[in-house]
Amino acid sequence: MIPAPFEYVRVRSVDEAVAALTEHGEEAKLLAGGHSLLPIMKLRLAVPSVLVDISGIRELSYVRVEGDEVAVGAGTRHSELERSEVARTEVPLLPHTAGRVGDPQVRHRGTLGGTVAHSDPASDLPTALLALGGTVVVQGPGGRREVPVTGFWTGFFETALAPDEVVVEVRVPRTGGAGWGYEKFTRRENDWPIVAAAAVQGRVALANMGGSVVRATATEEALARGASIAEAAALADEGTSPTADMHADQEYRRHLARLLTRRALEKAAA
Amino acid sequence: MQVSITVNGQQRTDEVEPRLLLAHYLRDVRGLRATNVGCDTTSCGACTVIVDGLTVKSCTVLAAQADGGQVTTLEGLTGPDGELHPVQAAFRAEHGLQCGFCTPGMVMAAIGVLADNPDPSDREVREGLEGNLCRCTGYHNIVRAVLAAARSGPAAGRVPQTQEVEA
Repeated sequence: MIPAPFEYVRVRSVDEAVAALTEHGEEAKLLAGGHSLLPIMKLRLAVPSVLVDISGIRELSYVRVEGDEVAVGAGTRHSELERSEVARTEVPLLPHTAGRVGDPQVRHRGTLGGTVAHSDPASDLPTALLALGGTVVVQGPGGRREVPVTGFWTGFFETALAPDEVVVEVRVPRTGGAGWGYEKFTRRENDWPIVAAAAVQGRVALANMGGSVVRATATEEALARGASIAEAAALADEGTSPTADMHADQEYRRHLARLLTRRALEKAAA
Repeated sequence: MQVSITVNGQQRTDEVEPRLLLAHYLRDVRGLRATNVGCDTTSCGACTVIVDGLTVKSCTVLAAQADGGQVTTLEGLTGPDGELHPVQAAFRAEHGLQCGFCTPGMVMAAIGVLADNPDPSDREVREGLEGNLCRCTGYHNIVRAVLAAARSGPAAGRVPQTQEVEA
């Protein structure tokens, strides 16, 4: 399978990337690791006329502590995040989840900014980020702005990102030694989750239980009231709208959401 | 567009379409056909090569993205005197292949596993090869071959020198 022809533009800075997006408008797509974009281009589900390659902007690859937060550059590859000692110490849910994405070859290419911007409801890292809270830092022609993760993923492959904006960083609170859990159900190890649940500090997020990654708000409220893990987890699918596909029907996904939430909360409490 | 890519130590500049995939560049432009295209959907790993020291699936990388980089394919593993790389030798000794289609990708992925972890457990080998499918389902001998390669010494996780750029 061969992608449709496109113009290839390599940029060396975020400013150059924003300028290229401003020039080419919605016809342009950013290329980082390419492991979400290139497969859909090969299927001709996406036919951008310009690819702006930002993978050479190495200063977008970092994991560092800044005050109460951990800042992760958008160009950080999953394998880099998985191995980051800073991330393992300060926000261990994140590198663990990075290690559950795809397979080693995929993790060598895929980037945090790419999976954040792609907004696949079945993606691992956005689920962890939504449980952690924090912000996505984006840069456009007017400069930088921060979007809370709770408002970033607006629907199926849709985000709060404008066509001329670039995801440059993700900031999450340092959770240190606080318990956490990430439970992912797949048929094969390197697949996208059929359902996944991330839990940390009383917050729970779910993958593949709607058009975007979602918070399990009924579970969170029950935990805040002092409910037991079993009682709270039994509410995990409330307010969600899972789809049915060849892997699972809606009721099975609801069952998985409750089960995986309970396991993730139990791990976080252990 | 022009790309300048060092493959198995040989640098060359070629005029390519931006949409050319690395797998097709290696096979059709450079004439290196050990790298197989299996599923063409980033699943099977038959097209695994090493780019700048890391294993990648070359069906999901543009040749343009490897511009200026170092690529190692299966052809680059064998020494000038025909001596097999320790992982190749272990695959032969342990019968780590049946039809052979997945083998080039398996060998490259196995080198990546051993580069990361020179002394992996059976489970770590299986997890490290999770991105490579063998439709003959010959996994048992493949894992045994990788474990044998690990026992053979640290050279099993080494990518051969790829620095000898032609003047």
